[in-house]
Amino acid sequence: MRSSKIGYLVKEGFKSILTHGFMSFASVTIVVACLVIMGSFTLIAVNVDSMLDNLESQNEVVAYVEETFTEDQARALQTQIEAIPNIRSCQFVSRVQAVEEFAAQQENQALFQDLPDTVFRDRYIIYLEDISLMGQTEEQLEQIIGVAWVRADLKVAEGFVTVRNVISAVSLILVVVLVIVSVFIMSNTVKLATLSRRDEIAIMKMVGASNWFIRFPFVVEGLVLGLLGGALAFLLEWGIYDVMTTRIMAMLGGLITVIPFASMSLVVMVVFMGVGLVVGVFGSSIAIRNYLQV
Amino acid sequence: MVIFENVSMTYPGGDVPAIDDMSFAIEDGEFVFLVGPSGSGKTSIIKLITGEVMADSGVLNVNGFDLRHIRRRKLPRMRRTIGVIFQDYRLIDDMTIYDNVAFAMHIVGASNREIRQRVPYVLDLVGLSGRERRYPREVSGGEQQRAAVARAIVNSPQLLIADEPTGNLDPARSLELMLLMDRINDNEIGTTVLVVTHEKELVNSFSKRVIAIEDGQVISDGMDGYYSYEIQ
Repeated sequence: MRSSKIGYLVKEGFKSILTHGFMSFASVTIVVACLVIMGSFTLIAVNVDSMLDNLESQNEVVAYVEETFTEDQARALQTQIEAIPNIRSCQFVSRVQAVEEFAAQQENQALFQDLPDTVFRDRYIIYLEDISLMGQTEEQLEQIIGVAWVRADLKVAEGFVTVRNVISAVSLILVVVLVIVSVFIMSNTVKLATLSRRDEIAIMKMVGASNWFIRFPFVVEGLVLGLLGGALAFLLEWGIYDVMTTRIMAMLGGLITVIPFASMSLVVMVVFMGVGLVVGVFGSSIAIRNYLQV
Repeated sequence: MVIFENVSMTYPGGDVPAIDDMSFAIEDGEFVFLVGPSGSGKTSIIKLITGEVMADSGVLNVNGFDLRHIRRRKLPRMRRTIGVIFQDYRLIDDMTIYDNVAFAMHIVGASNREIRQRVPYVLDLVGLSGRERRYPREVSGGEQQRAAVARAIVNSPQLLIADEPTGNLDPARSLELMLLMDRINDNEIGTTVLVVTHEKELVNSFSKRVIAIEDGQVISDGMDGYYSYEIQ
């Protein structure tokens, strides 16, 4: 294959974008609209997931040590607790610290200010890797000799797991539906764009052009328009995300935290450009396939 | 060279054959008029020759390609040995006259240098010098038809087919075009020319072979250069 021939076909692809300006504009607009809709929803889902992660990580399990254990014996249990697979971290709190913390929380109650530390037990504040395994971890903790009992809020954990599962399922369904709708709209736009060039393709065939020769400029055109759509959608998504998150944060204050766009920008850009490229190249290839059967 | 030997073809869904056991041969370097009434099968013959439709039976050979058994991917190669001119010119609207002609050379893999040399020469041959940068819509019907001729002959095809090439031209432009085709046939390569037409006067003013067809069959094939067959 001569490089001059490739150069000619690439040039034809670019020229075609300009000569079919309106259809190029329509194709890019559709790609941008579909990507922004899909992207926005995915980013909302990612943020909700991150918030759940955050909330889950604050859900603690408390393991109380036998009263008969001295502080040194109680501290010695840490190795056994940390050996349980689902434990992310554990922190020892002595009965002295516990009584101080309790008194600090009840500073207006004079009755609780001079409690003896024997009222409290040594304990471990434990954070888990996966709260859906909380029940199993609770049982493992209870089997350690020296652990008197374990306080684990299984209902809260189950609630988090249910919420996460529902959100994951809804997100997945919506993203899949949006992808299908987007691909349908985009392929129809490309079909419409190629329909107006049916005669042109027929003439090319009649003059002896191979399918490859006809398809190549269309593919170049689809690739350029797809990448352009992806890039524009990325910039638009960034702008919308920044504006929306600023407003939401201003309204809700510190109640929620959102992921800064900058930390996801590379992934979003790669995904948008990738989807734009795939839709552009495959959309145009598939759309002209029917006209090549002459 | 074109060989039709007992060729039959029925369009999908049709019950009457468009081409019915047809036989004729056109030798290299010949100039042939193909005449017949509307619906007689003229366009079907062109479609068969260009590989747009396939024959159901018989032997069909064009420029050495066996079109009864040709693979679809080989069709472009066969088509490059043929130049086709249509009544409605079929130029690409978004390309200049120059680009329309150059495009046919790009298809056969000609270098940019070859294209720069050949295209102006062919445009000059058909009388379109100075019109290269115009778009088809910016020139007259006669000039568009000459551009189509330039595109058809730029790769020096073995066979030039013209389907009602004068249908949209006035008599003076029609005669000019036929004289141009005659020159192309007379050149050193001896391009074979097949002209499909209704125009009796035009046919009779050239002493060429005339094949008349009706109902998908050849009803006369004369070398006397006379359009003796009356269109009904």
